[in-house]
Amino acid sequence: MLAKRIIPCLDVKDGRTVKGVNFVDLRDAGDPVELAWQYSEQGADELVFLDITATHEKRKTTIELVKAVARQVNIPFTIGGGINELADADILLNSGADKISINSAAVRNPQLIDDLARAFGTQFVVVAVDTRLIDGRNYVHLRGGRDKTEIETEHWIREAEDRGAGEILLTSMDHDGTKNGFDNALLKKINEQLHIPLIASGGAGNSQHFVDVFQQSNVDAALAASVFHYGEILIPELKETLKAEGIVVR
Amino acid sequence: MIGIVNYGAGNIFSLTAALDRIHVQYGMINRKEEFDRYDRIIIPGVGHAGAAMHKLRDTGLVETILALDKPVLGICVGMQLLTAFSEEGEADLLSIVPLKTLHFDKRIDNKVPHMGWNSIHVENSHPLFRDIADNAYFYFVHSYFIEFDTAYTLAQCTYGLTFSASLQKDNFFGVQFHPEKSGKYGEQLLLNFSSIVL
Repeated sequence: MLAKRIIPCLDVKDGRTVKGVNFVDLRDAGDPVELAWQYSEQGADELVFLDITATHEKRKTTIELVKAVARQVNIPFTIGGGINELADADILLNSGADKISINSAAVRNPQLIDDLARAFGTQFVVVAVDTRLIDGRNYVHLRGGRDKTEIETEHWIREAEDRGAGEILLTSMDHDGTKNGFDNALLKKINEQLHIPLIASGGAGNSQHFVDVFQQSNVDAALAASVFHYGEILIPELKETLKAEGIVVR
Repeated sequence: MIGIVNYGAGNIFSLTAALDRIHVQYGMINRKEEFDRYDRIIIPGVGHAGAAMHKLRDTGLVETILALDKPVLGICVGMQLLTAFSEEGEADLLSIVPLKTLHFDKRIDNKVPHMGWNSIHVENSHPLFRDIADNAYFYFVHSYFIEFDTAYTLAQCTYGLTFSASLQKDNFFGVQFHPEKSGKYGEQLLLNFSSIVL
């Protein structure tokens, strides 16, 4: 049986992880490679790196990071941030990234999805979508949820799939950071319309939230950041909880 | 030492990184004379099977590959190339294994591509799967699959239907999943291949 995936997400700036990390056995909590290796040892199924590097000049650091991760980590990983054209994706692919994630760049230029899918295959293209509920409707937001667009989330996700996205990473900005659980109702609705995998993001606070999102929305994967980094949820224990609830995990 | 057929179908950084991690030496094969340098061969591959077959033909290495009698391992699309035909591009392939590569679409209700970790079942123990638990999970990313066939299937996997996760004919082996991305078991499989004796 295909297993549900658990995905820690690491924010990286200038080659270092940002946000506090609270692993007792880490020599260097700011080293994304060591953190990635720790997660793979704990049973994470995949990793997402979000590069928030401020300047273009620092992109070289990111490429080196991708290579270092690919050398040392034996599970798949996605890198997002700063990908605006085919050349950006090409260098990441050749540096060992399994997938790239695009967000605002795809909203500004939807053709980018088609171009990336044609050049590298749909399996390489993750479209990340940040959504927020306004007056009963979900709208796509940019810049980490700060800028509202007029695009309805459901429409955009359908378009992204049609254009060749291989996977959708949906973050509910209303749930993100609350630790009150994922937006299961929205995820269920979107998942029923999709023919490609859906990754849930935003709101994880405890293991039960992962049980809920898989049981209620049947998404393919669930992503979280701080609850893993601060050790509030340990992946081996999370997997045991999911197994006990009859959810197939590796 | 393992020779990797370098025919331009996808990035091989992850594969060489995995071989480095398990301390297995390797080199690249660009010309047919270079096959002699290696005692085992890997045919990697991601992307479109029809396009990959075109690229492989363009290298002029096909006749040499067909005549190989040392262990050969096809990975993902590299395994599909061993079959006779793929629905992806309606392409005739190497025909080493008389099976077809078919599309999941319309044959199953599940999402396509089949992406993520799935468990495989090894029917009869085999040196390629030495020290790998039955029902171990491996990482898959593919939209096309190779038919299940008791004569050639070494390991089976189920996703809407049962297909060949691994196959063998004589000295030719294939895996549909990505051992280089499949954690410790994936590394074990590569290690097993590096020491396999026919």
